[in-house]
Amino acid sequence: MDDTRRYERLRERFQNGDISRRSFFGLLGAAGAAYGLQMPFARQAFAAGDVTQVRFDGWGGVVSEAFRKHAFDPYTAKTGIKVIDGTFPGGDEYLAQVRASKAGEYNIAHLSGVFDYARYHSFDLTSELNIDNIPNMANVMPALMNAFKSITPDSLSAAPYDYGTTGLAYNRKFISDDEMKEKGAKILIDAKHKGKIGGWSDWRTRMWYAALQTGQDPNDIKDVDAAWDAVRQHRDLALKYWASGAELMSLLSEEEIHVTEGWSGRIYALQEQGHDIGYYDPPNGFGWQECLFVLKGSPMAACEELLNFMLDRDTSIAVAEGQSYPPALDPTKVDLGDKIPKLPAFDATGTLSGLTFANPAYWNGNEAEWAKEFSRVQRGY
Amino acid sequence: MSIEQREARQPWILLTPALTAVGLLLIVPLMFIVVYSFWLKSAAGADTSGLFLDNWKEALTDRFYRDILLNTLKISAITTLACAVLGYPAAYFIARSRGNKLILLVLLMLPFWISYIIRTMSWINILGISGALNSALVWLGLISEPVQMLYNETTVILGLVHFLLPFMVLNIYVSLDGIDTNLEDAALSLGATRWQGFLQVTLPLSMPGLAAGGLLCFVLSAGTYITPVILGGPRDAMFANLVYEAIIKQLNWPLGSALSLLLLVVLGVLVLIYNRYLGMAQLAKGLG
Repeated sequence: MDDTRRYERLRERFQNGDISRRSFFGLLGAAGAAYGLQMPFARQAFAAGDVTQVRFDGWGGVVSEAFRKHAFDPYTAKTGIKVIDGTFPGGDEYLAQVRASKAGEYNIAHLSGVFDYARYHSFDLTSELNIDNIPNMANVMPALMNAFKSITPDSLSAAPYDYGTTGLAYNRKFISDDEMKEKGAKILIDAKHKGKIGGWSDWRTRMWYAALQTGQDPNDIKDVDAAWDAVRQHRDLALKYWASGAELMSLLSEEEIHVTEGWSGRIYALQEQGHDIGYYDPPNGFGWQECLFVLKGSPMAACEELLNFMLDRDTSIAVAEGQSYPPALDPTKVDLGDKIPKLPAFDATGTLSGLTFANPAYWNGNEAEWAKEFSRVQRGY
Repeated sequence: MSIEQREARQPWILLTPALTAVGLLLIVPLMFIVVYSFWLKSAAGADTSGLFLDNWKEALTDRFYRDILLNTLKISAITTLACAVLGYPAAYFIARSRGNKLILLVLLMLPFWISYIIRTMSWINILGISGALNSALVWLGLISEPVQMLYNETTVILGLVHFLLPFMVLNIYVSLDGIDTNLEDAALSLGATRWQGFLQVTLPLSMPGLAAGGLLCFVLSAGTYITPVILGGPRDAMFANLVYEAIIKQLNWPLGSALSLLLLVVLGVLVLIYNRYLGMAQLAKGLG
């Protein structure tokens, strides 16, 4: 990770309220030095063939804090193996980093979407977990496990960890609950809100919502041209494409935009901070699951033990409450406490039948063409 | 070995560490990028190696890339001009200050101690709907509702000027500081007005600094991608954003390599034009 990126992450944590202003400026100075020390040691450790540390990469912010406190530190205390945690803003960027690295340099990643799992498999980055070493995996919802097994039937490279939705977030000062329910996904292409609409600069989300706006099945878009027209329509009305969770929260809370798609956990965090932001999952809204993916070349026993730690009930609940996304644990088997059932997208049945997930084969099959096309459409083409 | 032979070899021996560093850190990676630009992205995973011209054909013939490249050069030119106009008086003021020159130079350096990202993001707190400027205008009664100022090409240029202005000021300052002030006095004693003295003596003599600052600002501006992401709207992009997207978002390293080399070649041509009319020696002078 370069210094610029490190500073950006640090600022995101500061904006989220994870660290104080004093710590922020202190860490700003320490960030460069920490990076300089970290990687050479990692390489030496692996070169010696002696596992002294495991690298974990995730989304930063409250999630990293919860992982550090409830999983990494206890794991280090028990095993003596240090967990080095890095952050990334998205799966695309992280995959580019992994592809440019040596095997074993990156170990565990908090990845989003089954299509990421499929992509990593296509790049021959999957490992083989020994499930016997991860007894807590037995408590994970079968619906989440099966999604990965459909890609690698004979083995698993990841443990499901949490899930959420990308729904519609709106400021109730300007948009009523009734208006949102009436217009649904089409509110993002409603000229009434021109200049006050936002959107994630992610081609999958843009096309998913374009499918909903044109009355199509997101996992089987028949009229692709109509969908792109909807993406263009949204672009012409939008003020800003946001690129990170912190930016999404900032744009909504400061009223730069009145409506956008948003990640359920981030919007819940805004609501908890006292902002009158509504959240609505339209029919066929974008559901997704996140996993703890172990990369090929990693020290498997150490990684499996860490995964088991993280899937422990108490750890899972603490992390879930910290990041506001429900855990992958089956609520019919495990008591998840009081707060988690109130989180957006929570499914008490443990079947997740109410959510629509992206079909990995379909989306990865269109990735090359649509990612490129969105780059053009975004710029007025 | 004769003394002549030894003397002939000595510069090369002294240059070896520098040449090794340049070779390993610049030339070799660049060669990798050149090779990669002729490969093909494969949907299956690993890219297809070979000598394919597809990426270059796309980069050179597609109107999309040409338009964004031209827009990037336009934004860079406007940014450089704004930096020159704003930077020259500031540099002149510092160069002609007597007692507090050191303090002014330290103040000029201060922004470099803060991350570029954070400096760029600071404009959101200034120009945002609930930012300092809108709040002040509403409080003064000059506007009744906050005005939308962010996320357009103007704020992108503003962010770039903010980032690059110190580079311009420093270059012009170094040039101005080296000019003998007696020359201006001589011009006045020969009947020139202060303005004429500046135009005919000081300005021409400070041109190396202005040119060096201009080149530096232009090249840095043309290569930026963070500013449009933070301060631009949906359509605002510079060429480096396309390189980023090709490599990171589309995982199309071969096309990204061709695009990055295209930008390198275009900027290289501009440096050659600079060298043709101003000479690289001027750049060395400007950089002190």
